[in-house]
Amino acid sequence: MVAQFSRPCLLYSIGKDSSVLLRLAQKAFYPGKIPFPLLHIDTTYEYPEMIEFRDRYTREIGAELLVYTNQEAVAAGANPYDLGTSKCCHQLRTRALVDGLKHYGFDAALGGARRDEEKSRAKERVFSLRDAHGQWDPKNQRPELWSLYNGHINKGESVRVFPLSNWTEFDVWQYIHEDSIPLVPLYFAEPREVVVREGSLIPVQPNVKFLPGEVSETQVCRMRSLGCTPCTGAIRSQADSVLTIIDELKEFKRSERENRVIDHDQDGSMELKKREGYF
Amino acid sequence: MAAVLNTPTVLPLHSFLAQKGERDLLRFSTAGSVDDGKSTLIGRLLHDAGGAFEDQIAAVKASKINRAGEGKVDFSLLTDGLKAEREQGITIDVAYRYFATPRRKFIIADTPGHEEYTRNMATGASTCEAAVVLVDVRHGPTDQSRRHARIARLLGIRHVIVAVNKMDLVGWSETAFRKVVNAFEGAYHVPISALEGDNVVAQSAHMPWYHGPALLDLLETLPVGQEAQTAFRLPVQLVIRPDARFRGFAGQIAGGRVRVGDMVTALPSGREAQVTRIVTYDGDLAEAVAPMSVTLVLDREIDLSRGAMIVSGDKPESARRIHAQAVAMQHEGLVEGREYLLRHTAQVVPARLIKGSLPMNGIGEVELEITKPLYFDPYAVNRSTGAFVLIDRLSNNTVGAGMIDRAARAPRRVSAARQAAAWLRKAADKLEQFSDGAGI
Ligand SMILES: Nc1nc2c(ncn2[C@@H]2O[C@H](COP(=O)(O)OP(=O)(O)OP(=O)(O)O)[C@@H](O)[C@H]2O)c(=O)[nH]1
Ligand code: SF4
Ligand SMILES: [Mg+2]
Repeated sequence: MVAQFSRPCLLYSIGKDSSVLLRLAQKAFYPGKIPFPLLHIDTTYEYPEMIEFRDRYTREIGAELLVYTNQEAVAAGANPYDLGTSKCCHQLRTRALVDGLKHYGFDAALGGARRDEEKSRAKERVFSLRDAHGQWDPKNQRPELWSLYNGHINKGESVRVFPLSNWTEFDVWQYIHEDSIPLVPLYFAEPREVVVREGSLIPVQPNVKFLPGEVSETQVCRMRSLGCTPCTGAIRSQADSVLTIIDELKEFKRSERENRVIDHDQDGSMELKKREGYF
Repeated sequence: MAAVLNTPTVLPLHSFLAQKGERDLLRFSTAGSVDDGKSTLIGRLLHDAGGAFEDQIAAVKASKINRAGEGKVDFSLLTDGLKAEREQGITIDVAYRYFATPRRKFIIADTPGHEEYTRNMATGASTCEAAVVLVDVRHGPTDQSRRHARIARLLGIRHVIVAVNKMDLVGWSETAFRKVVNAFEGAYHVPISALEGDNVVAQSAHMPWYHGPALLDLLETLPVGQEAQTAFRLPVQLVIRPDARFRGFAGQIAGGRVRVGDMVTALPSGREAQVTRIVTYDGDLAEAVAPMSVTLVLDREIDLSRGAMIVSGDKPESARRIHAQAVAMQHEGLVEGREYLLRHTAQVVPARLIKGSLPMNGIGEVELEITKPLYFDPYAVNRSTGAFVLIDRLSNNTVGAGMIDRAARAPRRVSAARQAAAWLRKAADKLEQFSDGAGI
């Protein structure tokens, strides 16, 4: 139930799951403060609203925020259009995360990933061991019985801890409602300028390139999950409050990550990324 | 050795994990031999009960791999989420899936049947209230089905449902079904075809001779919740001390209830104190029950650190030697004489296996000796204070799990050192009485 590590952090992605995790961390140490920093891996492709929210909210609750970016890759102009999503993600997310953890000397990272998000995540332990290179070995996970989590590690190894493992998307929204957790406005429907690409609505941002023949249009939409601007689509929706989102969720027939271009490059692409150190 | 024992920064995961009052939740796992159809059943259940998204089902239908046969959907692909699993056609590790019906919420652990991965079956089953043990009607129960059923029972799983699968391959024969029922004990037996969906969500038209419920009906109506009322137990996971004015003991209640004003005992010191506040982020409470996460404030200074336990009512047992049922989960097995780290409630202590070596996947009785008294309840009384895992000191891997049933008999001969210690304690008591009397 309690893990001991020399240096943990909370991976803060600014999304709804991170926001719930952050609230749970506040509760866990109340009336004390969260005794470890939040780490945001900034790909530089985040929505400006996310960065604005991140800085304001973490200041408001008095949390310590660290930000890490793979500067080398950014300087070399890494982007999904030239590299493809798979290589771009590898540099801006996976590498950045593994390097960021190493840079700050973190040996445990709490994250808001849930098992219901994707089929390889459904296989992951609450305490997920990573070797010295940050890699996951899904065929050789430690047994994990009851709530007796094993956080014992050898030098160089680290642990990813997923307290929301058994929460569903629905649970998360219900909790956000019950606990009045503030969220980035991108989650709520409003008219936005988008391009329609392969059925996904990609909100127009300075770093979103138009492909030949594409034009923008205005659609009432919202984001179901947050990611980088070029790679995460919005969905057509009128739901502009937590309660209307919950109502809408009951009717959904398609999974949450469907609007993430990066998850379906190839069969098992999430597993591949995770093995390499992705969250 | 890992730095974990020396440089503790504590993550009180209890609060992270504590879900808000789940109304009606059933956790169940699958069990049974390899290829008996566990993953196919869960895939079918999710599909028919609306627990899988359209894009996930479309991905399954589009997959190049299909072991279900021409024109059929291989539903096992919905839960066999690892590449190696799909390629080898077996489940390697537990998959957790979630779905809800109007009646109840479910957490499913789809476990592997392969003997090599028995530890992953135990992982999936450890938190469940029910287990669906599948048996291929053509082969009847195997050693592995029996091993799984035994592990499920040891883990204290209340409901064991035997699903007699692949009825389509025996012409939906009642005789074939009866044969399995007679050969394999269980609270319920349901004849099904995971592949075709018979008696999974909808009642089968092929087996009019079966008058019992379909599997989902059964899962929706099994009694759950309220474990036997136990005495109050709070393993202390963290001492919260934001400033000099506040000192609280945080943890997840592992049994019973506590109210403001209750007298409680702190172990191991045995000192008593009164509960003055039950603190949570959402405000103080007058009363809290298991499995809530709380922070208790007591009316007097008591030396209590992580690993201690706050209790009231019947005292837990205390022993340096415990007797338990254990499962060995790695290739090296559990080896008599070897020292392990024992994780129990919120603490980790060194422990030596003094009796009962077990081979990999072996299940049996063991005795462990711990360097200091362990406070526990028998697993049958309280799962949280009666369970432990064993960690290898070199690899740091989890190598075993156990369920305590009682204190082990103390060794007959009392060592000279212990005699001396007892004598010293008596002398100290006398001194204390003396100083009390003298008003010092
Ligand atoms: N005819 C028929 N075939 C079935 C049925 N259920 C499962 N199968 C087939 O049996 C094979 C094994 O099914 P799985 O669901 O992978 O078995 P499992 O129990 O999950 O196996 P492990 O997880 O590896 O232990 C597959 O080829 C299935 O299509 C059934 O009801 N009828
Ligand atoms: S999501 Fe897109 S932009 Fe962001 S790192 Fe991945 S490929 Fe690059
Ligand atoms: Mg399987």
